[in-house]
Amino acid sequence: MQQFPKEMFQPASVDLSEAEKISKPSLSFWKDVSIRFRKNKLAMFGLILLVLLVFMAIFGPHMTKYDYSTNDLMNTNKPPSAEHWFGTDDLGRDIFTRTWYGARISLFIGLAAALIDLFIGVLWGGIAGFRGGKTDDIMMRIADILWAVPYLLLVILLMVVLGQGLGTMILAMTITGWINMARIVRGQVLQLKSQEYVLAAQTLGASTSRIMFKHLIPNAMGPILVTLTLSIPSAIFTEAFLSYLGLGVPQPLASWGTMASEGVQALQYYPWRLFFPATFICLTIFAFNVVGDGLRDALDPRLRK
Amino acid sequence: MEKLLEVKDLQVSFQTYGGEVQAVRGVSFHLNKGETLAIVGESGSGKSVTSQTIMRLIPTPPGKIKSGQIIFNGEDLAKKTDKEMEAIRGKDIGMIFQDPMTSLNPTMKVGHQIMEVLIKHLKMDKAAAKERAIELLRLVGIPMPEKRVNQYPHEFSGGMRQRAMIAVALASNPKLLIADEPTTALDVTIQAQILELMKDLQKKMGTSIIFITHDLGVVANVADRVAVMYAGKIVEMGTVDEIFYDPRHPYTWGLLASMPSLDSDDKAELAAIPGTPPDLTNPPKGDAFAPRNPYAMKIDFELEPPMFKISDTHYAATWLLHPDAPKVEPPEAVKKRLRQLSSNYPQPVIVKESE
Amino acid sequence: MLRYISRRLLSILLSLFLIITATFFLMRAAPGGPFSGEKKLPPEIEKNLNEYYGLDRPWYNQYFDYLVSIAKWDFGPSFKYKGQTVNDLINDGFPVSFFLGMESLLLAVSLGILLGVIAALNHNKWQDYGAMIFAVLGISVPSFIMASLLQYVLAIKLGLFPVARWESLQHTVLPALALAATPMAFIARLTRSSMLEVLSNDYIRTAKAKGLSKGQITVKHAIRNALLPVVTYLGPLSAAVLTGSFVIEKIFGIPGLGSQFVLSISNRDYTTIMGVTVFYSILLLFSVLLVDIAYGLIDPRIKLAGGKKGE
Repeated sequence: MQQFPKEMFQPASVDLSEAEKISKPSLSFWKDVSIRFRKNKLAMFGLILLVLLVFMAIFGPHMTKYDYSTNDLMNTNKPPSAEHWFGTDDLGRDIFTRTWYGARISLFIGLAAALIDLFIGVLWGGIAGFRGGKTDDIMMRIADILWAVPYLLLVILLMVVLGQGLGTMILAMTITGWINMARIVRGQVLQLKSQEYVLAAQTLGASTSRIMFKHLIPNAMGPILVTLTLSIPSAIFTEAFLSYLGLGVPQPLASWGTMASEGVQALQYYPWRLFFPATFICLTIFAFNVVGDGLRDALDPRLRK
Repeated sequence: MEKLLEVKDLQVSFQTYGGEVQAVRGVSFHLNKGETLAIVGESGSGKSVTSQTIMRLIPTPPGKIKSGQIIFNGEDLAKKTDKEMEAIRGKDIGMIFQDPMTSLNPTMKVGHQIMEVLIKHLKMDKAAAKERAIELLRLVGIPMPEKRVNQYPHEFSGGMRQRAMIAVALASNPKLLIADEPTTALDVTIQAQILELMKDLQKKMGTSIIFITHDLGVVANVADRVAVMYAGKIVEMGTVDEIFYDPRHPYTWGLLASMPSLDSDDKAELAAIPGTPPDLTNPPKGDAFAPRNPYAMKIDFELEPPMFKISDTHYAATWLLHPDAPKVEPPEAVKKRLRQLSSNYPQPVIVKESE
Repeated sequence: MLRYISRRLLSILLSLFLIITATFFLMRAAPGGPFSGEKKLPPEIEKNLNEYYGLDRPWYNQYFDYLVSIAKWDFGPSFKYKGQTVNDLINDGFPVSFFLGMESLLLAVSLGILLGVIAALNHNKWQDYGAMIFAVLGISVPSFIMASLLQYVLAIKLGLFPVARWESLQHTVLPALALAATPMAFIARLTRSSMLEVLSNDYIRTAKAKGLSKGQITVKHAIRNALLPVVTYLGPLSAAVLTGSFVIEKIFGIPGLGSQFVLSISNRDYTTIMGVTVFYSILLLFSVLLVDIAYGLIDPRIKLAGGKKGE
């Protein structure tokens, strides 16, 4: 048998309380989410893309000497050149300027619609879920019936009646658009409300508002954020769709949708008129989608494979 | 006795974001025909990974068998391809899982899930398989099997589902049944019934059983031999009597002391083992249990203890068995059960030098 | 089951009532009368027209008449096409749209599921990335741009398909593909994530422990369960195909109800807009009901009577 020095067999002073220590540093929930999000290359790419797009939407229109609405009938349908970086359209307007001006409108529509949906949805769903019982029944019944109305048909109908315009478009999109958010918020609140830690907080005598702000809202934040991120591209999509049906923002305003639908008509002869707005619509929708997906994966690590 | 299964120096690792997790770190044991071996340990001790590795159910990647052999019926399962394993899984080795609620396919009739095994391995036709499925359901104690065979899992209670799982696992009369915490998710009264059923079926069919559990109380009822796992290693192994009446490893002491029993009539408190198992991405130097061990010696933090042999069947890996180690008293709850076993050697013998 | 269906029918009727009422009042509130076209009509003619269409009567009479006539499946006359009713327009256009819709529905479902299953089975391999890039493209490109590009490249430049019109089966391929693109991408993503979730379930491990091969596990245990969420998507899918058809039919010059609807929007043909909207709503509400019933039949855990999951 191998020999060991005798003192090796002396009792070691073990601090057992040491054993209770958690060896890994504990991260706050949002820190953890942000680490996971940053590891997702595609989502980070989408986020950088969005930052660039927003930057260009703010500064792009000022980078040229042209104005988005001034016609120049001497220079119609010019291909991209040093003079006009993205070419000109059928009225001789500079497409570069119009593209970034259109970015403002498209992004504004997307953001405004999403935020209004968020506001109504959180209020409606939060109240229904938190109050429960009869209130919940009635509120969700109303939402169900509105939900059954085909979304795009209603939007089209409203646009026909209310007339084209930025405000009417946002109104038309949000009139039933909030229901999705309301359902998600309600589902979250209902689920969280019955969770043990909320019951525990109630037992400990926490007030309703404390439970609301300390427990429910932070925990419902994740799905709300994801839904918000994913509803922006769908609003931009709808804007493009309406523009193609001739229900977009009126001339001479430019949105990506109206520019692309004009570009489609000129595709055979002046392809750049479609290329630029279409590319940026796709890039934007793509970016929001991958950021939304990335957020969802980062927020719910169980779904991450 | 004839060995059905022999696991030699098995090492299994998982590649994760945080690094390589060494879930199983050199496990060796064997199982005789008709015998029941219980593998006991906390969650994260590697007991489930060990059992799933025998079935080769570890997803690869991220899992990987780093080394070792799994000799089953004279063949090394560790070297088999997935395709070759298909002929063994479900036929020669059956497996029952912890959660009967999720282990059955919710959209497939229970009967059909049993028939799948019969059709695949015993080459039965549909009608014969259905006949046999009904018989099996009756065998595992499900009333009205003719009706039950056409029902879906959600129409079964938890205990019934576990019975159905047992029917699936035993359908082709396997030589080995691996039961991975089969009673953990069940009510206590149902637990006893399921254990009784398993013992009964083992007698009828002569199946060997590996029984994975964290509950020593269950072990005493079903097992012939017990292996105690900690941090990916077997720290003590022996017959049920040896583990319960003559435990040698301080971790086993801890487990026994933390187990409530009906015959302990005094007011002795249940002792918890302090702390949590180590992070197996960086296994600690020396004995992995040392930081939680009130009997730890300096050497425990320096060198891994070798395996000592206390009798022909009893092994323990702790420096306390070294002749130079001071004599220590096990906790009160353990001391009360200690008995002198006649099969013990006069002195523990080292069987394996520590690396 | 019967109770469930009758309850659902009742709520559908309620929704329909809401839709009809909303369209009626919205159309009344629409700017400009139906006859305020490019030319100003002489007042007496406008009066005659108003009388002919019943527009001179009080609104509640008009509203009530409208409800009654819709209950009789009569959507009234078209304002723009003299002598044609909205029913005529629907009868002419809908069969074409229906054929196109079904073709693209089939394409979207079969290709989408195929892509999703391939991606999930080869998780984090090139097949997965390939399928998902394809799917993200499908989701990111608005349908009118996708359709125009397909038409430009495949028909005009390469001459593989007819450019437009509705004459032979050949003519249907390109529009059906364009219409299917976005829903197909959605189905592929949905199938993939649902497959991945199912594959991580305990019963898949059980199936593996039984010695079933990868193929048997995929077909018998995984796909069936993974497709359940896809079935629920069929409702929104039919809505997507339907509204998509507005754009696609216009681009490919297909004489369907979709292009008719778009035309009536630009013509401000109010009765047609109303009629077609109501018609489409009925169609969608019932297809959603059908999907729900189908789902209840496929998933044994759902009892339609209770409307709740079995567990």
